[in-house]
Amino acid sequence: MIEAVGLTKRYGAKTAVDNLSFQVRPGAVTGFLGPNGSGKSTTMRMIVGLDRPTAGRVTVGGHPFRSLPNAPRQVGALLDAKAVHGGRSARNHLLSLAQLAGIPTARVDEVLGVVGLQDVAKRRSSGFSLGMGQRLGIAAALLGDPRVLLFDEPVNGLDPEGIHWVRNLMKQLASEGRTVFVSSHLMSEMALTADHLIVIGRGQLLSDMSVKDFISANSADFARVRVPPEPEQREKLTAALTEAGGRVMPEPDGALRVTGLPLPRISDLAHGAGVRLWQLSPHQASLEEAYMRMTQGAVDYRSTADAKEGLVPPPPPYELPPDSGLAQPPELPQRGWYAPPPPGRSPAAPAPSPHPTERETSEESR
Amino acid sequence: MASVPAVLNSEWTKIRTVSSTTWTLISAFVVTVAMGAALSALLNSQFDDLPTAERATFDATYVGFSGMTLGQLAMVVFGVLVVGTEYSSGMIRTSLAAVPQRGSFLFSKIAVAGALALVVGLATSFVTFFVSQALLGDHRTDIGAENVLRAVFGGGVYMGLIAIFSMGVATMLRSSMLSLGILMPFFFLVSQILSAVPGAKTVARYFPDQAGSKIMQVVPDAMNSDPAPYGPWAGLGIMALWVIAALAGGYLVLRKRDA
Ligand SMILES: Nc1ncnc2c1ncn2[C@@H]1O[C@H](COP(=O)(O)OP(=O)(O)OP(=O)(O)O)[C@@H](O)[C@H]1O
Ligand SMILES: [Mg+2]
Repeated sequence: MIEAVGLTKRYGAKTAVDNLSFQVRPGAVTGFLGPNGSGKSTTMRMIVGLDRPTAGRVTVGGHPFRSLPNAPRQVGALLDAKAVHGGRSARNHLLSLAQLAGIPTARVDEVLGVVGLQDVAKRRSSGFSLGMGQRLGIAAALLGDPRVLLFDEPVNGLDPEGIHWVRNLMKQLASEGRTVFVSSHLMSEMALTADHLIVIGRGQLLSDMSVKDFISANSADFARVRVPPEPEQREKLTAALTEAGGRVMPEPDGALRVTGLPLPRISDLAHGAGVRLWQLSPHQASLEEAYMRMTQGAVDYRSTADAKEGLVPPPPPYELPPDSGLAQPPELPQRGWYAPPPPGRSPAAPAPSPHPTERETSEESR
Repeated sequence: MASVPAVLNSEWTKIRTVSSTTWTLISAFVVTVAMGAALSALLNSQFDDLPTAERATFDATYVGFSGMTLGQLAMVVFGVLVVGTEYSSGMIRTSLAAVPQRGSFLFSKIAVAGALALVVGLATSFVTFFVSQALLGDHRTDIGAENVLRAVFGGGVYMGLIAIFSMGVATMLRSSMLSLGILMPFFFLVSQILSAVPGAKTVARYFPDQAGSKIMQVVPDAMNSDPAPYGPWAGLGIMALWVIAALAGGYLVLRKRDA
């Protein structure tokens, strides 16, 4: 069990971690998500006592890490896979760590086997590929057979087989009753691996809930409705749907996103209003979308629009009404049902292709 | 808490499994012995050409240790790399995550590396002594002569202390490159030059290498060197104070800073 209370870390004027409070429970994989620079690694370094919190505290099993008796036997951490002396062989690296905690040499060979490095155990780690280094880091974390495991981006640099292996390893470790805390950038990866999610942005807690809750709270169903490009048609339909209790949001490419109404009802309302429908399709916002929406206000490093974009004339789908507000970036909605445009794309430009996770049922699908 | 014997054991594994340990220590040995031997042979053949003052204070033991000025640089590299590679590789984070008690970590590391440097230093100084004396012909001295054993033993301690001092500095600076960039010119140039400049030399004689090397002199003010206001043991004591200061500084930095 890891517990953070009001955890804060400032580097000069920069607040890397801002008043974080959370618990990581045993027997589950807890995913730790956040954009670049949101403070995941800093939080993990504070958990293992490498960085001292500016305020607040974090404990492992009720103790601050630095006062844990025989720490390597209780907490295993993969923080930075490259943090090994490249001139030392993988086996000697692990051996030196094992000796610290009085772990028998046989265990070193055991974990080398577990991570699949037995054949290169005697090679200098400077020659290791990214994935091999990652495996060595995982081996070091597993060495003391600890009850609490921290992994900072463990799948970074792994091939699909390796990713699959890490995913199963995390689940297995959790099923053995251990506390497993894994950071990642990828919501999709965490949706497959984790049982619980902690999302941070700019060092602040954005969400702390089970994956199940996260999915039901964030991946709301919606309908995509497309009408002929006549402003009065849109307005008529929008009015009718809103009156019936639905929420309507224009999409960048001119379609309408409708929530709160079942598809047949939308069709009936359109019919009643005398509006022709060109498309009416059910969709589900992906978790990745929900995650991006949640963190979009907290992204520190995003790409700017590539100037080359201007070289290609954007094919206008149809004239937008001047007051539709689509020329401006849409504001952050209160409820999570509107996906932001990907970073760098002008919201007015057409979407390049349907989202891969959306189920296209209309004639629009290609 | 990771027990001290466990940390010592682990640090020994770390130190013996990197090649830099071998080549720096072998360099220290070879350079010191070879240069001492060459200078001994040279002085033996040209003894009569030496200035009278130098002949009067001729110190066969001290002459044999002439290679120390270069050999100590290899010890500096050894000391700096032992600590510095933890930082440059990032290993320090793995190490400290495993040994949260930073004092145990640092002092175990320094105990192991310092002991190794001391052993190599002693081997170097004794071999240097016997090789150089064999080449000094009629001007040789004997290990049984007064103060000679102290000087030879002191030469080994001097090498060990230079290495430990470098470890302390590298812990304070947290970087191999920076530490080498400061220590190498200091020991090779600054200290040597300042000790020859009138005015500056009253300060320079309290530098760790200047003070510590007095232990290797059998004849006071050997080879017509400047008289120092302290004896050989006091000189080594001054050097030890520098070492303690460097270690204390290193410990404070390690304890206070984020890794
Ligand atoms: N030692 C340090 N000194 C100064 N600033 C730091 C230090 N370590 C981290 N930061 C800053 O703190 C913020 C959080 O960094 P951190 O590495 O924890 O983010 P992260 O969530 O792990 O990012 P990523 O996903 O890119 O790994 C960043 O803005 C970073 O610049
Ligand atoms: Mg990080």
